[in-house]
Amino acid sequence: MEKLLEIKNLYVNYKTDEAVVHALNGFTLDVYKGETLGLVGETGAGKTTMCLSTLRLLPEDIGEVVSGSIKYNDIDIMKASKNQMRQLRGAEISMIFQDPMTSLNPIMTVGEQIREVLDLHYPDMPPKKRDTRVDDIMKLVGILPERKDQYPHQFSGGMKQRIVIAMALVSEPKLLLADEPTTALDVTIQAQILELMKALKESFNSSMVLVTHDLGIVAEFCDNVAVVYAGSVIERGSIEQVFSRVKNHPYTDGLFNCIPDLTSEAKRLTPIPGYMADASNLPKGCKFADRCVRCREKCKETEPELQEVDKGHFIKCWYADERSGET
Amino acid sequence: MSGVLVETKNLKKYFPHKLGFVHAVDDVSLKIKKGETLGVVGESGCGKSTLGRAILRLHEPTDGDVLFGGKSILHMKKGDFRKIQTNMQMVFQDPYSSLNPRMSVNELIAEPLKVCKTVTGRTAMAQKVRETMELCGLPERYNNIYPHEMDGGRRQRVGLARALVLDPQFVVCDEPVSALDVSIQAQILNLLMDMQERNNLSYMFITHDLCVVRHISNDIMVMYMGQVVEYAPKKEIFEHQAHPYTKALLSAIPTTDLSRRNRQRHVLKGEVSNPINPEPGCRFAPRCPYASDKCKEPQVLTEIAPDHFVACHECCK
Amino acid sequence: MKKGQMELVWIRFRKNKLAMLGLIVMVLLMTVCLSAPLWLDYSKVTTQSIINAYQAPGGGHIFGTDQFGRDLFARIIYGGRISLFSGLITIGIAFVVGVAMGGTAGYFGGVVDTVIMRFCDILMSVPGVLLSMTIVAALGQGLVKMLIALSVAQIPRQARTVRAAVMTLRGQEFIEAAKCCGTGNTRILLKHIIPNVLGPLVISVMSGLGGTILSIASLGFLGIGIAPPTPEWGTIISENQASLMYYPFLGIIPGLCIMIAVLSLNFIGDGLRDALDPKQKN
Repeated sequence: MEKLLEIKNLYVNYKTDEAVVHALNGFTLDVYKGETLGLVGETGAGKTTMCLSTLRLLPEDIGEVVSGSIKYNDIDIMKASKNQMRQLRGAEISMIFQDPMTSLNPIMTVGEQIREVLDLHYPDMPPKKRDTRVDDIMKLVGILPERKDQYPHQFSGGMKQRIVIAMALVSEPKLLLADEPTTALDVTIQAQILELMKALKESFNSSMVLVTHDLGIVAEFCDNVAVVYAGSVIERGSIEQVFSRVKNHPYTDGLFNCIPDLTSEAKRLTPIPGYMADASNLPKGCKFADRCVRCREKCKETEPELQEVDKGHFIKCWYADERSGET
Repeated sequence: MSGVLVETKNLKKYFPHKLGFVHAVDDVSLKIKKGETLGVVGESGCGKSTLGRAILRLHEPTDGDVLFGGKSILHMKKGDFRKIQTNMQMVFQDPYSSLNPRMSVNELIAEPLKVCKTVTGRTAMAQKVRETMELCGLPERYNNIYPHEMDGGRRQRVGLARALVLDPQFVVCDEPVSALDVSIQAQILNLLMDMQERNNLSYMFITHDLCVVRHISNDIMVMYMGQVVEYAPKKEIFEHQAHPYTKALLSAIPTTDLSRRNRQRHVLKGEVSNPINPEPGCRFAPRCPYASDKCKEPQVLTEIAPDHFVACHECCK
Repeated sequence: MKKGQMELVWIRFRKNKLAMLGLIVMVLLMTVCLSAPLWLDYSKVTTQSIINAYQAPGGGHIFGTDQFGRDLFARIIYGGRISLFSGLITIGIAFVVGVAMGGTAGYFGGVVDTVIMRFCDILMSVPGVLLSMTIVAALGQGLVKMLIALSVAQIPRQARTVRAAVMTLRGQEFIEAAKCCGTGNTRILLKHIIPNVLGPLVISVMSGLGGTILSIASLGFLGIGIAPPTPEWGTIISENQASLMYYPFLGIIPGLCIMIAVLSLNFIGDGLRDALDPKQKN
């Protein structure tokens, strides 16, 4: 398969008053053409930072890429000119944000907001055609085109997220970064939106990175999954490889153990002990070492590399071959 | 029934609105036994939080009654209610806004004691605070730390300690783990269950997460737009759910179980609207795949199996 | 506010150069004016000597002398005492009354809110100086009366700030949490709400202080503030009105003093606003 996005050894820092926060630490990830990749991790793992770095939208003066590279097709994102980036954003790479309530402009009609994307990226398209494109995409996301002259506040939360999706997809991007697109929505609405995104992604043949903290969503809507912990990918593989739970990173394993599901009869959950490593004061060895059941001396000294345990299944652990159940 | 600690009878809470009244909680009757947990499930705006607050009289109910230990607490004198109030506490959803940012952990946990005076004397109070902190997994070095210096999980431990320091018998947990990461969520859920066993607590556990509710509850109540649509023991709900809304909810939850991946999903159409001056019929009908003319009549909660109540004429046949 | 947070606020405040400059100037001004009786004889303020009238700054008199030959430096220093002091007291009264009114209105809402806020609206619809003038005219001239007049003009602004802050806090869960264990309204207001509105309040107090010093000067200039011969920055300018064309320093020096004081206070207020905002972390 062809690579669409290639992130290599990315280090990103945020500078705050008190300390330097190491948001990404050697983040390496490839996104292939046509795949739906679930990016899983807890708060502060660096999921959003990865999306923002890819679009070069890190907050100025605070966020800084220290080293590493990001390549989109053949374009080096780190070296691209501002103009080039503007053309990429929205046209080639789109992003959907978590909160549909704040990502729409309250004083523009939804039709205008969707059309604006086309105005920016396809100035040569005849205006008539732009209008029909707006109508088409609205129909696709399940909103009557007659409603395009209404304002965001006249729509409910789920409907707003549909509009945000319409904006992200109207230019038929090659890569869609969806940052927790359904976290603010109810389960029944979440199901609607995810089904919709999956169908649209397939019809436009784009790739999608679905950022979420919910393993269930990944299992049901993605082809592949990457698990992030303390700013780096610690496991990457297909859904079958990761969710069959034959070989897992101990953190992934811990995540599986601590979610209550619909079938288990266990009286108590098995939480991962301790708390997430402090991103302003990271340990020198494996970042997960002090919460890990497999931890040995070596882990505290040197950080492991991503190792391929099966074809296409990578785990960043010295003892990646140990079966999950045994530890 | 013996052993019932908290009971509501046809509890109603209406909020005034410019177009009439929002029927946030409409005719809810429930029973929570000592040492047991009632899970209240529903989507945002279904009235589950309002129900919890109405039971604690944080929102004064419009109509109906709340009984605690067999006594009505709605018509009590202020002084008598104050005494009962210490037995009924609440844990809030948002560990960021439920703690006063200007108070340290120690002050936060001691505050309910100072107000309610269930423990008197400075040393006894300090002792009680120390004990509670230890129970909730807060080491003593957190004494002088402020909420903004802690992460969500530790803040929620403080929230729990504040509720437990008064030795209540009944705790309303309003989405206590929704704002937390999964690994922390498990820690807090375990802590809640440990406390329940230790003190024989009763919980009303409000959440939108069916997996969590299945894990912690004895009985489950499903709410839709202010009304109860299904109310049954946990096993019944998960194995013989009857109401179309409950079915849709259950089928919508994404799980990590790969065998469920290609199941037939009942994806609901449409969205929840506001229960402002609602029509008498079934409020779920506009989204229901089985809706018929009969749904326009009021739906009555009917017992279709022992302790299993459903408000749907289709399911009661 | 507790130590940990205070330290952070101070660290952030120190980063703002203008605010630090304002703070240093203000501290200097206050020290010099307040300690005046220790090193400057008050008689210099009032001693007239016609022969020495209109002396230019420099020489025996740093700031020169006015039409009666009184030492302008002494008058400015003692005038500053009155200006700054009255400003502080006025804003102090406005602060206490404003917090009480705004806090009650915001916390209880409903009819209480409507009554208090409409009253504030009426006060606010009259220009501050005009309102003070009317009150002074009604009560008569004098320091205490002027202070009352000026505080009344400041109260609505403080009350509004407090009310807005309290209303956003009222919906927060920690207030509900407090109610949950039976905390009474007074304790909720004093312990949970007021400490949390201090931030926005400090800012409005700072700019209010600047405004008050200006109002005192305006009233003084209009001749209805402090009765001469007691000096005050505004009165000094007004006394020398006739000769300002020929001896501009008599207007420029007290004018500069007013400007420096108000500007420093505004800088401090701006700095505090940024420093107290926890979102301003960078």
